[in-house]
Amino acid sequence: MMENNRKDRSQNYLNPYFGGVLLGIVLILTFYITGRGLGASGAAKSTVVTTIQSVAPEYAKKSHYVSQFISDDNHPMNNWLVFEVLGVFAGAFLSGTLYGRLKPRVEHSPKITSKKRLVVALLGGLLFGFGSQVARGCTSGAALSGMAVLSFGGIITMMGIFGSAYLFSWIFKRLWI
Amino acid sequence: MGPLIPNDIIPADWNNAIALLLGMAFGFVLEASGFSSSRRIMGTFFGYDFVVLRVFFTAAVTSMIGILYLDYFGWVDFGQLYIHPTYLMSAIIGGVIMGFGFALGGYCPGTSYCAVAIGKLDALAYSIGLFIGIYLFTFAYPLLEGLYNGSFMGYVTAPEVMGINQYLFVFFVVIAALGMFFVATIVQRKVKKVEY
Repeated sequence: MMENNRKDRSQNYLNPYFGGVLLGIVLILTFYITGRGLGASGAAKSTVVTTIQSVAPEYAKKSHYVSQFISDDNHPMNNWLVFEVLGVFAGAFLSGTLYGRLKPRVEHSPKITSKKRLVVALLGGLLFGFGSQVARGCTSGAALSGMAVLSFGGIITMMGIFGSAYLFSWIFKRLWI
Repeated sequence: MGPLIPNDIIPADWNNAIALLLGMAFGFVLEASGFSSSRRIMGTFFGYDFVVLRVFFTAAVTSMIGILYLDYFGWVDFGQLYIHPTYLMSAIIGGVIMGFGFALGGYCPGTSYCAVAIGKLDALAYSIGLFIGIYLFTFAYPLLEGLYNGSFMGYVTAPEVMGINQYLFVFFVVIAALGMFFVATIVQRKVKKVEY
């Protein structure tokens, strides 16, 4: 009985339109308070920049890309997005706890093995990370936050992400359904 | 008048604490909407669950309207907000590469963090890939510098580029979003349900 209750609750989600309005309000508040939007890949970039800087400081200084994000008076980890993403982990953990969804597992289609899912997920993350640097932001920072302030580039990147994801998901249909 | 921190209405010392709180709200809403499941996210592309389409475009429309109202009431100066800059070619090519990664990984960076937070190991693999991809980009940068800094159009908005009124633009986006929600509802009724 207890087990049943927990399982039922873990399938509960917010109504998507209600969730969307809440997400929109969080975004409005973020712009109202900070003048900028939300982000996700930027925190990973700060981590990579910091790692390169501490492991290979000479390379970091020479690299035209990495050096753009290093300044003497501000450590790259002391970055708005790094704290925001720490909050994302905490907020998602809180929601997962409330709904009873905390459980270590590999989620995958029954047609593929866990191992294949892990390898493909790593590859997907790699491509997404690479692309997020080309476009200066991901679904959060470029597409969603860009759209909130009507940014032309943000809308173009949003169309690029969803259009290409739609095409490629059908090419790799066997990974999913 | 907003934005509050740039105008020193809230002292900059609060920056990181506010980042943490807003991030928590962001992560909570994403997880509670079901973005911590890659198979739920991918439903949008196969038509068996349009949660991403619904949440994403509702959020986009809500924030567009909300920010324009705040500007109209004089509570926030739209001119002081950070407009994501437009480098046309890199915006397109970066978007297409991200879409490819999306179709393989089933997450975007923000949703993968949420899924890691509730214990999804595939999301952990994805996040590790994210770091590797960014790391590899720093090596590829000399080759891509022209693309990265090219076709710069400035910090422009879509209505500016199209030469139309911004309120009219948002009105069209709202109509387009409602149209998509309507079509999504019909498609979802016809597509075979996928258990996940």
